[in-house]
Amino acid sequence: MAQLICQNLAIGYEGRPVLQELNFEVCAGDYLCIVGENGSGKSTLMKTILGLQHPFSGSVQMGDGLKKNEIGYLPQQTSLQKDFPASVQEIVLSGCQGRCGLRPFYHKAEKQRAADAMEKLQISHLAKRCYRMLSGGQQQRVLLARALCATKKMLLLDEPVSGLDPNVSMQLYELIQKLHKEDGVTILMISHDMEAAMTYATHILHLGRQQFFGPKTVYQQEFPQAFLGAGSKGGGVR
Amino acid sequence: MRAMAEQLVFYGSYPFVRHALVVGVLIALCSSLLGVILVLKRFSFLGDGLSHVAFGAMSLAAVLGLTDDMPLTLGITILCAVFLLRSGPNAKIKGDAAIAMLSVGALAIGYLLMNLFSASVNLSGDVCSTLFGSTSILTLSQREVWMCAGLSLVVVLFYLLFYHKIFALTFDEDFAKTTGIYVEAYHLLIAVIIAVVIVLAMQLVGSLLISALILFPAISAMRVFRNFRAVTICAAVLSVICALGGMLLSILIGTPVGSTIVMVDLLVFLAFSAIEYVRGGALR
Repeated sequence: MAQLICQNLAIGYEGRPVLQELNFEVCAGDYLCIVGENGSGKSTLMKTILGLQHPFSGSVQMGDGLKKNEIGYLPQQTSLQKDFPASVQEIVLSGCQGRCGLRPFYHKAEKQRAADAMEKLQISHLAKRCYRMLSGGQQQRVLLARALCATKKMLLLDEPVSGLDPNVSMQLYELIQKLHKEDGVTILMISHDMEAAMTYATHILHLGRQQFFGPKTVYQQEFPQAFLGAGSKGGGVR
Repeated sequence: MRAMAEQLVFYGSYPFVRHALVVGVLIALCSSLLGVILVLKRFSFLGDGLSHVAFGAMSLAAVLGLTDDMPLTLGITILCAVFLLRSGPNAKIKGDAAIAMLSVGALAIGYLLMNLFSASVNLSGDVCSTLFGSTSILTLSQREVWMCAGLSLVVVLFYLLFYHKIFALTFDEDFAKTTGIYVEAYHLLIAVIIAVVIVLAMQLVGSLLISALILFPAISAMRVFRNFRAVTICAAVLSVICALGGMLLSILIGTPVGSTIVMVDLLVFLAFSAIEYVRGGALR
């Protein structure tokens, strides 16, 4: 059974639909890349999956034991966070909030979980550092560790490498790949980076005038035009 | 020095001065805690806007001849706070304009009402003391002191119990929502608490200077500290010290309470900025 099923989904914002008749399923252990032009509704889709906004019609269902608050989310950074005084540890721990319910304080188990997540993303040495003093790549790792605290099952990543230089992007991709392979975390990633999508993903969801959902190999045959620019760095979908 | 101490002891023997000090410290504590949230959420103007609303409401209560203006003022301010905070995050510019509009609107209505219907002989004195809170804190009744203490306790308790949730939701609202925090409910709660604190703080510094009480400690703390807990604690401590210092100073040299407290806050802010500058220079 699939972890996430979207059926006849129609989504949009401010009453204006951007996507209609969207159907796809994500199973445990999949690595799905969501690609498409700007404004094709990638972020809106992600927000709908997370329940931050309601679909116009259709449904988003969780299955295979996945609960609504068990999806880890790596949002795009907001301007507000750029000068927020917070230590890395405080931020990572806040990912455990969903486990607390109304309990006001964290238990040992949650602190351990946060420590494990930091360990996994190789940021333990930064625990006491201030978030806003870190480099872009380190900040993304912190947010990724926070997302890991919320789940061990599924991660939603909204353009995780935007604004990072190629080297750091590569490292982040490798880290995500490790989480996918070693820990069996299901990955849903919005990306502009066709090359990376082709390297790491198992499935592709292409949004835009033509929609596509299926395994990567089929996508390569059906959408050869998507790869015209893929040789160069950051070649998006044309 | 000795004369000053004697003067303080002399004033301290009056219960109304002791009351004023207790209430002042409690209000300063609450407003600094809220200030941390408001500054980080970019809602700094909210405090200012709401304080003007509270001024308008207070005038209305005076005109209606209510002996106890607290319930009406509190009610109106809470309503406005909920309204402003709800429209806030989704419509940035509209929210800004809404706050400004409500703020000057309430100020104008308040002054107009006082002018048209006030029975007092000293109108400008009344207006001035509501705006700048000159003497009102020294005339608090026993009941008002208890009310202030009770409400402050509620605010502090709320902050302690929901500290981690407040952090999560201030840092990243969307993420907090995905982990299952009822963000809207907390916004509502925070809005109510802001309104309560502002109505309380009006007694201390008057409606024009409340923002200073809310913002300065938080901003000063952020100059120097780099994590949320330290910023929160530092803001609270600073605020209490500044309020206490300001009140004692105003007793000693006979200046208006509100503006003296704000002056002390401002000086501390400058000092902390200097510390940041020096430390930054050392790092570079």
